[in-house]
Amino acid sequence: MFGGLVANVTFGFLKVAMLFATVHAAGGTLQGYSVGTMSAYIWISQGMLGSINLSGRIELAERIRTGDVAIDFLRPINVQLATVATEVGKGIFALIPRGVPSVAVGALVVGMSVPTTPAPYLLGAVSLLLGITVSFATVYLVAVIGFWLIETRGIQIFYMVISGFFAGLYVPISLFPTWLLVIAEATPFPSMMMYPIDVLTGRVTGPASYGLVCAQLGWLAVTLLAGHLLTIAGRRKLEVQGG
Amino acid sequence: MTNFSETVDAPGRFAGYRAVLASRVRSQRSYRSNFAFDLASSGFVGVIELVEVWLLFHQVSVLGGLTFAQVLLVFGIADLCHSFADLFVGHCDTLPEYVRAGTLDVFYLRPQPLLLQLMTSDISLRRITRAGVALAALVIGLSINDIHWSVAAVGLLAVTIVSAIAIFSAMFVWAAGTQFFLIQGAEFTNAFVYGGRYAATQPAAVWSAPLKVLFGFVFPMALSAYVPALWLLGLPGPIGLPTWLAWCTPVAALWIWGFALFMWRLGVRHYQGGGG
Repeated sequence: MFGGLVANVTFGFLKVAMLFATVHAAGGTLQGYSVGTMSAYIWISQGMLGSINLSGRIELAERIRTGDVAIDFLRPINVQLATVATEVGKGIFALIPRGVPSVAVGALVVGMSVPTTPAPYLLGAVSLLLGITVSFATVYLVAVIGFWLIETRGIQIFYMVISGFFAGLYVPISLFPTWLLVIAEATPFPSMMMYPIDVLTGRVTGPASYGLVCAQLGWLAVTLLAGHLLTIAGRRKLEVQGG
Repeated sequence: MTNFSETVDAPGRFAGYRAVLASRVRSQRSYRSNFAFDLASSGFVGVIELVEVWLLFHQVSVLGGLTFAQVLLVFGIADLCHSFADLFVGHCDTLPEYVRAGTLDVFYLRPQPLLLQLMTSDISLRRITRAGVALAALVIGLSINDIHWSVAAVGLLAVTIVSAIAIFSAMFVWAAGTQFFLIQGAEFTNAFVYGGRYAATQPAAVWSAPLKVLFGFVFPMALSAYVPALWLLGLPGPIGLPTWLAWCTPVAALWIWGFALFMWRLGVRHYQGGGG
């Protein structure tokens, strides 16, 4: 965990250098971001890295590859929900040794703008929880495709690149050209990181923030349903092969 | 007295390393579709890294004193050299997996230096597409910018590329040596290996002083691409990184290799064996 914190802080300072310079070059405000809100974006996004899954890889993928997942189906629990719940639990815990310290380092060393009313914090907490859950519900889909493809390393790498890019890890998605932004918003990835950050930092308030949370709920429903259907189909395939 | 003469050539000193590398190359090429997919995804990663830089220049035209055309040169040199280093020794920073599996002890059984064995134990051919993307960026950067081509300029470019590959390779070896100490230390070393890659593609003029010390001199990332690019473009260097340092990249490479080998020796002394 300490190593992860070092990584967060190092990348955080590098991004501060580049993104602050961009904001200054744009005259102090860039697509609605000031230096303060840009700082909040950088440190919260780095802090969230330990809690959401942008690597495309979960333990289940290995269990499916080796066939150990057959044992999981014998247990009286729903494999999909158990996997997602376990990973979400780990993600929420990681906020303590990695999430909060990253934000603290940023706030103390660089400074950031924080909302002054309680609403962004309350709704932001809900949004953060939803973001973590959506990320694991979606990465579950990458693992479950392993029932058909066995070796999912290639898909996992594509997922790692695309998810980070569209979730707003590299730059805030508001900086995307319009056509790219439209594509991004048609994917579940912004719901994992960008929307929780927008709500938490108070960049999006009022009805628009409720809209973002609704979008997250929508994606959660879609990914859970897709995962459920794929799990059933995959289980059938597993039984046909393994006997 | 009969004279026994060698009629069969003894294997050369490097035959062992060549054999392992050749086997890795063969194995990667034998799974055609997997390899093709790996090549595609590597190239895709390279494109996304470039898009990440472009996105900022989509919003502003000059950043850290450079235009996008000029940043292409920095990005091209940095990513090309990093991709090559990754291709040859990128697997070294996964040393903990060998340690945990106990397979590192196997290396001790062979009459070859441990580090050389580790470095030649694998080769990641799939990185070649990413190197291709960086090469394209470099070639475009070299042609669209106003560079005064002299013997010195060509010489600097050649020295820079060789030194930069050496610098990035040293980072992977540094990561391997450092990870002997750390439990699950991969993320810690990633901060400097991959953070360093990210830093090397940036115009270092935007950095704060501590960043300039860390990624300018301790881990000489800025010297691997940004400062040489400034020299080629005829631009002044930022405070703390004057352009004459562009000629010191071999010195920087020697420094970082010294640091890496020091960490390696410390780590190897610290290693107590896998218990096998």
